Amino acid sequence: MSVLVPRTLKDALQAISANPSAQLIQGGTDLMVEINFNHRKPTDVIALRRVDELKSVYIDAKKSQVTIGAGLPYQQMEHGEIAQYIPALAQAARTVGSPQIRSAGSIGGNLGTCSPAGDALPVLSALDATINLQTADSSRTIAIHDFMVGVKRNARQPGEIIVSTTLPIVSGWQGYAKVGVRNAMVISVASCCLVVDRTNGTIAVALGAVGPTIIRCRETESWLASQIDLKTKATVSPNLLQEFGDRIANESKPIDDHRSTAAYRRHAVSVLARRMLTRANNQ
Amino acid sequence: MSSATQTTNRRDVLGTSALRPDGAAKVQGRFEFSSDLHAENMLWGATLRSPHPYARIVSIDLSAAYKITGVEAIITAEDVPGKKTYGLISSDQPVFAQDFVRYVGEPIAAVAADHPETCRRALAAIKVEYEVLEPLTDAAQAINPSTPSIHPDGNIIRRQQIITGDQNLEGEIIVEGTYEVGMQDQAFLGLEAALALPESGGNGIEMYVATQWLHEDQKQIAACLDLPCEKVRLTLGGVGGAFGAREDISLQVHCALLALRTSRPIKMQYGREESFYGHVHRHPAKIFIRHHATRSGEIQRIEAKLVFDGGAYASTSSAVLINGVTHIQGPYRCPNATIDGYAVRTNNPPCGAMRGFGVVQACYAHESQMDKLAVACGLSPVEIRLRNAMVTGDKLITGQVIESVAPVARCIRETDAIAMPAPLARTAHPLEIVGGSGLTSLPHNIVRGVGWGVSIKNLMYSETFDDFATARCQLKDGVATLKYATVEVGQGFVVLAPQIARSVLGVDEVILDTVDTGIGSAGSTSASRQTWMSGGAVDGACRLVRQRLFEHVGKKYNIDPLRLAIEDTDVVDMIGDFRISVTEASTGVLIDETHEHHHRPTEELDENGQGNCHVAFAFVAHRAVVDVDVELGLVKVIQIATAQDVGRVLNPTAALGQIEGGIAQGLGLAVMEEIVLDNGKMRNPSFTDYLLPTALDAPTVVAVMIEEPEPQAPLGAKGIGEPPCISVTPAIAAAIRNATGKELPRVPIRPQDICF
Ligand SMILES: Cc1cc2nc3c(=O)[nH]c(=O)nc-3n(C[C@H](O)[C@H](O)[C@H](O)COP(=O)(O)OP(=O)(O)OC[C@H]3O[C@@H](n4cnc5c(N)ncnc54)[C@H](O)[C@@H]3O)c2cc1C
Repeated sequence: MSVLVPRTLKDALQAISANPSAQLIQGGTDLMVEINFNHRKPTDVIALRRVDELKSVYIDAKKSQVTIGAGLPYQQMEHGEIAQYIPALAQAARTVGSPQIRSAGSIGGNLGTCSPAGDALPVLSALDATINLQTADSSRTIAIHDFMVGVKRNARQPGEIIVSTTLPIVSGWQGYAKVGVRNAMVISVASCCLVVDRTNGTIAVALGAVGPTIIRCRETESWLASQIDLKTKATVSPNLLQEFGDRIANESKPIDDHRSTAAYRRHAVSVLARRMLTRANNQ
Repeated sequence: MSSATQTTNRRDVLGTSALRPDGAAKVQGRFEFSSDLHAENMLWGATLRSPHPYARIVSIDLSAAYKITGVEAIITAEDVPGKKTYGLISSDQPVFAQDFVRYVGEPIAAVAADHPETCRRALAAIKVEYEVLEPLTDAAQAINPSTPSIHPDGNIIRRQQIITGDQNLEGEIIVEGTYEVGMQDQAFLGLEAALALPESGGNGIEMYVATQWLHEDQKQIAACLDLPCEKVRLTLGGVGGAFGAREDISLQVHCALLALRTSRPIKMQYGREESFYGHVHRHPAKIFIRHHATRSGEIQRIEAKLVFDGGAYASTSSAVLINGVTHIQGPYRCPNATIDGYAVRTNNPPCGAMRGFGVVQACYAHESQMDKLAVACGLSPVEIRLRNAMVTGDKLITGQVIESVAPVARCIRETDAIAMPAPLARTAHPLEIVGGSGLTSLPHNIVRGVGWGVSIKNLMYSETFDDFATARCQLKDGVATLKYATVEVGQGFVVLAPQIARSVLGVDEVILDTVDTGIGSAGSTSASRQTWMSGGAVDGACRLVRQRLFEHVGKKYNIDPLRLAIEDTDVVDMIGDFRISVTEASTGVLIDETHEHHHRPTEELDENGQGNCHVAFAFVAHRAVVDVDVELGLVKVIQIATAQDVGRVLNPTAALGQIEGGIAQGLGLAVMEEIVLDNGKMRNPSFTDYLLPTALDAPTVVAVMIEEPEPQAPLGAKGIGEPPCISVTPAIAAAIRNATGKELPRVPIRPQDICF
């Protein structure tokens, strides 16, 4: 097995273009588990850990957006600028694993694995993030919704590196909530990201672990926007709140497995969505 | 004078929180666990396991595997020279499956190769043809006489009834329920591992192994290898937890066989997933109970039917069953009983010993019933329990009289006196609230509940078993050396044994010799027994040495040895001025004594479940306070208050460690730990999905230790390892019921059990 440890993004891109099927590794918190279980046996590995450019955070005030390097560990999203501009991402980052996992794991890895239970992904989905990919001689940007194509499948092509993700700074309440069977270090049984855009009067709701990929509840979103004025804080009537949750549940597509049941997951996302809508209007 | 006092304070004698000698190394990652063992020129061993819960083996083809470079040996059932089966109570488990596989994970073959990766490829290259059979996975079905046997010994491992008193009594108050407990894993952190070194000539073997009982392993390994016991020498490898899962043999025989076959050292170790397949688990159980009581809440009769799923092989199922049926009354008086218990065989993973050993399941059932009874009689959970609490001298449903100290009422009262935690603040930090960093819940989503659990647990082995312990003490030049085969699994005998020697002999320096089979058995590190049994053996050996020291001093200084005593680190004349340090007194002499400690004999139960089958008992009360997000079904245990009958505290830190650890394990069973089975197959054999409590799940523990020295116990101390994990599970379940109003007849309680 060969392991390349490039120090610059350019060297990393060069390395992957020379060997497009080489296995990329960032924090290794997904990949090493797969290797230890013999689910994957890479022959050539390119380690991105030393590429500082992949850990950059760029706040573009003019465009009102934040670009986060694919290699930035979760721990650095929990506080500071990211927490200030994209609080839902900070909250999602805080739910990941343990301190050890959060100091190694990254958004790039979460995207690379593309598990429906990946905690960064509902936030990227609710915010309509874009994913920035590069090869040695080209680059492209695709919407998160086009990037996630199935259970643990994504649109990355051989030879590409996920360089960063770009998220808008939205004015309005946003949050992330995750249900697990213990109080820390747990894979999501169901999760929800809710973002209210007061400027545009829209709401976005994305659900994790209740479908083959992250689910955006677009029908419910536009239904709610037609019921209440989302540009201002409004009290949502109990009936409306109930229906909101029911509609969210209807848009989810959960399954029964050893972690939980479809019925519980459907119930959980409806409760989370209702609670977050209430929080959005209380703050 | 003042300096002597200081010395006394610093001496790590009994009653002090002496530090574990292995503590720093374990915390810093320097401790050598069995999986760290290594020998020059060693090969690696690995095990081929059955993918089917039940199948006939049609053929095994090793030819492709043998062609892989680096493969040195492959062994199957045919290569077992001695007994083809092993087992703790009945020898019904094949070393390698021969005709049938009876559970997913059953060993079929083992390979030795130059590298773990070569082993893995060799295992993949072994071709086994199976005729897959319909598995028996329902324990209730196993009792049915028309169900075909899945093993030559039949599907019923043991049935035991307890029939006593009036069989027709009907109480003014009758409450009943059916309660279920899921399959829990011991989940020790230090995985199974061993190193086997063959003797040249192939007629002997030396093994380093992580186990709970060296001599029992030795006996079983020797029988399978067809070697005399003395040709199988075992030394304890570093053990990282056991909780019952190392009582049964796992890789020992395979490793030894490969070493003898290849004449090279063999190392075997399991990974986490293989560990789930490679050891026994806690029995899932289904228990029906009906309580008959007077209107004032006095228990008059219990009827119960208990079914324990033993999985494919017997292991300790029959003893687990006995604990279940004999503890079903709980720590409460009950004159009449009609009990029927079964331990059965199925094609589920084999079950055996786990902390609490059959009593956990019984306690969950009887404590759930006590709360129902309290409601039916209009009493509080505390009152109903106090009203029925047993005392020393009471007769159990087996006819055995409780001779142990039995401060049941005191346990309850002292637990009740512990202050309740502060209510959840409206401004609580998210990590203090249910759901933690998941931010699922706000304080107004949460309902707080309180629940109780009280238990009785037998100590030591039961039903005629003489599980004695041996220890040897040598004293020379003021230094004591202790030798015993007592296995340290983390419980703290490594710190207790020197404390005993210092207290008895007045020495400061105590050397612990290697733990191996070079001395008599110590019995198993289980059944809450080592402080009592091996502690008794060390105490006895030290006392013999002290006696000899006094004789020696008496002779030399012409004092009657009866006048001599140990004071701090001196030998003193109790009625004169003579005083000499133990070091000086023992200079130039070697005193060497060995002592065996036996507990009092016990009896088997007769067909009506009557007999003095247990040695002694310990009691504990738990009160749980939980926060429940009822709508989402999420739980956080806030506080466990407990008062435990410990006899005497020999090391406060170590005792508290057992209590806190046991509570965490009982909490796991209450709300998250379960091996999920689907037609005999484990769905979650990893720590990703077999969830153990984390630091954020662990509650505040407020513990009171009730010290009423036990006259039967050599040091006055009762075993304290198991009680903490027994009644905490029903206490938490009761607290969740209190918060939700749900019946919750099964643990672990899952979110969907609460919110639907
Ligand atoms: C104990 C534990 C707990 C965990 N808990 C959680 C949790 O609570 N929530 C959660 O979401 N996840 C959890 N995970 C999974 C994991 O930590 C996350 O998915 C994390 O985001 C992976 O990041 P990484 O940098 O470690 O990825 P790696 O393991 O390095 O990579 C994962 C995949 O992404 C690819 N990849 C990585 N970087 C790039 C890149 N720049 N361009 C292209 N492909 C790339 C890799 O090739 C690989 O296929 C947990 C894992 C463990 C071991």
